[in-house]
Amino acid sequence: MKEAYWEDTMHSILKTSLAALVAAGVTASSAFADGHALSGDLKIISDMSNPAPRAVMEGLVADFGALHPELNVELTIVDREAWKTQIRNALGANPPDVVNWYAANRMRPYVDAGLFADISDLWAEPEFEALASTKGAMTLDDKQWGVPYTYYQWGVYYRKDLFDQYGLSEPTTWEEELANCQTLLDNSVKCYTIGTKFLWTAGGWFDYINSRTNGYDFHVALARGEVEWTDDRVRQTFANWRQLIDMGAFIDSHQNYSWQEALPFMLNGEAAAYLMGNFAVAAMRDGGLTDDQLDFYQFPVINADVDYAEDAPTDTFHIASGAQNVDAAKEFLRFVTSAEVQTEINGGDALGQLPVNANASIDNDKFLEQGFDMLSNNANGGIMQFFDRDFSAEMASVGMEGLQQFMVFPDDLDEILDRLEETRQRIYE
Amino acid sequence: MSSAETNRSWYKRNEIAITPWLFLLPAMLFFAVYVIMPIGQSFWISFHEWDGLGDKTWVGTANYERLLGIGDQNIDRKFEVSFWNNLRWLVLYLLAIPAGLFIALFLNQTVFGIRLYKSLFFFPFVISQVVVGLVFSWFYLPNDGLFDVMTGWFGITITDGVLGNRNTATYGIIAAGLWPQTAYCMILYLTGLNAVDPEQVEAARLDGAKGRKMLWYVILPQLKPATFIAFVVTIIGALRSFDLISVMTNGGPFGSTRVLSFYMFEESLSEFGFRMGYGAAIAVVLFFIMLGFIVYFLWSMYQDEKGAR
Repeated sequence: MKEAYWEDTMHSILKTSLAALVAAGVTASSAFADGHALSGDLKIISDMSNPAPRAVMEGLVADFGALHPELNVELTIVDREAWKTQIRNALGANPPDVVNWYAANRMRPYVDAGLFADISDLWAEPEFEALASTKGAMTLDDKQWGVPYTYYQWGVYYRKDLFDQYGLSEPTTWEEELANCQTLLDNSVKCYTIGTKFLWTAGGWFDYINSRTNGYDFHVALARGEVEWTDDRVRQTFANWRQLIDMGAFIDSHQNYSWQEALPFMLNGEAAAYLMGNFAVAAMRDGGLTDDQLDFYQFPVINADVDYAEDAPTDTFHIASGAQNVDAAKEFLRFVTSAEVQTEINGGDALGQLPVNANASIDNDKFLEQGFDMLSNNANGGIMQFFDRDFSAEMASVGMEGLQQFMVFPDDLDEILDRLEETRQRIYE
Repeated sequence: MSSAETNRSWYKRNEIAITPWLFLLPAMLFFAVYVIMPIGQSFWISFHEWDGLGDKTWVGTANYERLLGIGDQNIDRKFEVSFWNNLRWLVLYLLAIPAGLFIALFLNQTVFGIRLYKSLFFFPFVISQVVVGLVFSWFYLPNDGLFDVMTGWFGITITDGVLGNRNTATYGIIAAGLWPQTAYCMILYLTGLNAVDPEQVEAARLDGAKGRKMLWYVILPQLKPATFIAFVVTIIGALRSFDLISVMTNGGPFGSTRVLSFYMFEESLSEFGFRMGYGAAIAVVLFFIMLGFIVYFLWSMYQDEKGAR
């Protein structure tokens, strides 16, 4: 089985990369009448500043440079947090050709200001069908504005040893979830750790409970500002969430902690699980948990009538509208989205995340395998980009503050929803 | 005579009048470019809706109406919270002045190693505000923090910790801010105490003044310049309290520790911000609050100058 799978993947990798090469040759020769390869400068600004991603980015540039010896690739790496505000200046005067950014609504300001180039023509090429799962997240105003290079799953990471100790199994329904939690609480273990000091962690909980209660389409409509926050369906989401809060499922005083500061509760067994992105696994392993102690399950079903929708934030590459070397930039985008490259950069020794290209293969890691399986086979509702990327910036910041307040003072719900609704009306109407 | 007069160049003839302006010119130029013009621009931007990238849209006073709740809308809740927090900062931060005076009087003696004690007291002002914020946020941690342990001895528990409780968080940050600010005021008073006239103290002592009366009627009047400076730097410090809030609570919990300068930053420059028009409107309001104090300072300085003449 395994070998066949490998053969299959290798085969498709070869096929797609050959196809990519041919396609590249065709476009290159049509772009240059004299038929010679890419040349000139290609300026890239990347936000992959952490050690492992940085090595990946530098490797990408080196490999791409080797494929196109006449092209001079200039790479600038900017601190990831700083880039969130610097991108505005960088795209303004004398812009680079290629930049890193995020999918979905986060692209909106740059698309509206005409700073990202429309690359719908790239997406029309046959190789891009392998990226279909994220096409929606890259689309604004019916056009595509960038390409994905990696994403990661969200879900519940839990202490398998604690679950075994109290005879619990992975819950698949909300009832099982609540029953599990009650057992843990009876043994003075908190069900979930969370740190809401920087607010966004609460957004993950809302994404999941809302999409499990009302479905992906409702969640997206809410994100687009088409549904009132005071709607009864939203109230149902909060009522479900409140069941956990009233039980005391979450650790106390979580508004004091960042997500990292909330980790020790799980590491030393005071809390059993953490709703998080896959990046937390590295921190949990560093904290001393072995793969025998740590496992993963998909967020359980709440409303059996709606499909699973999953948070899987996508990181992306874009071409600046002021790019000087558009042909080289497009070729670079083809390069990073090819199955072969996506397999390589998402490996456990590189980014340790999931490739977006359906023909890429994933590393031999139990969390990546489970995540890949979940996102490819069990996320029929849709892929969410996360609260702070799906909602508009202002709605997200007011919203997440409200979610944090709700988690500590659930009785304030009416006041919070009125506030969010007021904000929604101002922004969208 | 008259030929000598005309031989002198135009500059030489007007030297007295012009030289001061020449000396002032660079400062005036920089002041205009880096202070006056940005203030003007902020006013201009505050009448627009602008995301910092595209075109500005003129919205008149809409930003101010939303901020202050003019018309049929409610006052911006975040603005209201920020404003009251700013007032808390202004009032409580002034405690740094008497505290600084007290420590200065205490340290103004000659015993072995006094220089070391003085520098230890001055230490918090030297370290970065970010470090002060971090140290205090660990100090305040619920359960493990030293503060929680100490209040536990007296049977007091603050739910969710000082910084996690919306009723105490702002006061917790102000207390952290008072630590370096007290040191600053102490230094100002220590230098002031050096300038106290020993003959006056001697004369007062002969007249039987001592203790509190000596302090109030003899020492404090001579410390008036130091008090004035301490007042100015403390008021300004209170109004620009930003780094501590950013480090210790990031405006939370539930937005209860925002002040105007933090709210302005959040609206215009943070990750979820870039509503430049609204941020500028907050900046303008903050500017007028500061202007009130600045006018008072300038006026009282002017009065002093007049009195001295």
